[in-house]
Amino acid sequence: MILTEADLTALWVTLKLATITTMILLLVGTPLAWWLARTRWRFRFVVEAIIALPLVLPPTVLGFYLLIALGPAGPVGGLMEALGGQSLAFTFAGLVIGSVLYSMPFVIQPLQNAFSAVGRRPMEVAATLRASPLDRFLTVALPLAAPGFLTAAVLGFAHTLGEFGVVLMIGGNIPGSTQVVSIAVYDHVEALDYTRAHWLSGGLLLMSFLMLVAVYALNRRFWVIKP
Amino acid sequence: MSIEARLRVERSDFSLDVDLSLPEEGITAVFGPSGCGKTTLLRAMAGLERDARGHLWIGNECWQDERRFLPTHKRRLGYVFQEPSLFPHLTVARNLSYGLRRLGDDAPPVALDQAVELLGIGHLLERRPHQLSGGEQQRVAIARALASDPAILLLDEPLAAVDQDRKQEILPYLERLHRELSMPVIYVSHARDEVARLADHMVLLEEGRARATGDAKALFSRLDLPLAHGPDTETVIDATVAGHDAEFGLTWLDTAAGRFVAVRQDLPKGSPARLQVLARDVSITLGRPTDTSILNLFPATVDTMVDEGSAQTTVRLRVGTVPMLARITRKSAVELGLESGSNVYAQIKSVALLR
Repeated sequence: MILTEADLTALWVTLKLATITTMILLLVGTPLAWWLARTRWRFRFVVEAIIALPLVLPPTVLGFYLLIALGPAGPVGGLMEALGGQSLAFTFAGLVIGSVLYSMPFVIQPLQNAFSAVGRRPMEVAATLRASPLDRFLTVALPLAAPGFLTAAVLGFAHTLGEFGVVLMIGGNIPGSTQVVSIAVYDHVEALDYTRAHWLSGGLLLMSFLMLVAVYALNRRFWVIKP
Repeated sequence: MSIEARLRVERSDFSLDVDLSLPEEGITAVFGPSGCGKTTLLRAMAGLERDARGHLWIGNECWQDERRFLPTHKRRLGYVFQEPSLFPHLTVARNLSYGLRRLGDDAPPVALDQAVELLGIGHLLERRPHQLSGGEQQRVAIARALASDPAILLLDEPLAAVDQDRKQEILPYLERLHRELSMPVIYVSHARDEVARLADHMVLLEEGRARATGDAKALFSRLDLPLAHGPDTETVIDATVAGHDAEFGLTWLDTAAGRFVAVRQDLPKGSPARLQVLARDVSITLGRPTDTSILNLFPATVDTMVDEGSAQTTVRLRVGTVPMLARITRKSAVELGLESGSNVYAQIKSVALLR
């Protein structure tokens, strides 16, 4: 076996984290992106700027604030403890929260662009054909924005695979719980175990490349991420 | 029954304010220059302008008043946009049945078949929108609007985005629709020829206000309206095909003004037709002309006259009960001594059959 059991565990944690994060982002991101694409609210740009923050912020900065917020003394962690739970720092749940925030723009922006590209006209046509608002969202907006969903899902997933700084700050490095591939690679390099680092890194590189190839091939009109 | 539309839309640079009572049958053209508010009026009727105020009754159905605003999807209407706007992810058949499937148990399955037949699109059903020509797309869009069994059909310049050839392709279908369906149609257009050809009634819109409403033929011949003062000023007359002159290749058309002769048209005897007489093709003589090549010659009375600049005059004649416009030089009008009540003869050089 080329990959050790610890490496496989890290890979499993990584894939689980990316999958859950992507699903949450699609669920939360769809209504948010729809709203951003349709609203005429004059301060929409403020929301857009907040969502785009992880694109420019050093991951350690985001991770640092999250650590404080999710830790026992922070507002979220403190609330969790008050309710009889535990603080979210150094847990898988904390990792998911961090990943959701960190990968947010990679999901929201393709969705928002896809919904904007659909435009108002098809929705008006559907309304004149007796479709209620939810009906026309499901039968017109969603199918027309389908390429955007593919882009959003793959980018969200791939970007979560690649995160390091946020995970390091709020997840720690607990094998089986919060140790992801990128951190495992770092550990191997620290330990000068270049062979294992190679296998793990190469695997991640290949996986990311294949996903992006798939998305570019399926989706000629690729929406470029705008800052 | 009628359509009562008292609608106001206020924008920073534009306002629409109309109070219309339209017949609940036939084609009503909303005619006016670009930017006069035609499309806004139609969108307000469809409930697509949420800030429209006022009331809208279609027969005894209230779509909007001070307290109610029926959302678009609850209004029984068919709407055709300027661009065909077919759903690109659905086949023609699915586009057509989109509205029908949302009618639930009220759905009359005939509506779809009838719409397909009326617009002649039976052979296109399995295609995707991008595989259709512009004209075919617009025909599908019209059929799609009809298939949802509307109480009223709203057409927003359905021919403006297609070229002249496509226009000639679609117009016969619109005429057919007019002949075979009883539902009222509101037809927004800035194209004079379409209105002359299709409209029964007309609303003349200017800067968001209704300048005049009424019978389309009557509005075309009113000297107080801008329609009578353009270069293409015309009179539109309803006619019935009375027969054909096989020897000379002519068709006789009976109108309230008398019998017209036109170049032979392939129409059965008794079928309805619509004539167009351009004002510049009508000349006036005091005595009955003899030895003339002109076949369409009618005794007429001068009704009113308006000068067009210093060189020309538009004369409104009465031929029987039918008003008819003539565009002559002001010099001729003076030399003939024309005045209201003069008895003259109208010579019509050419007659076009609009439908």
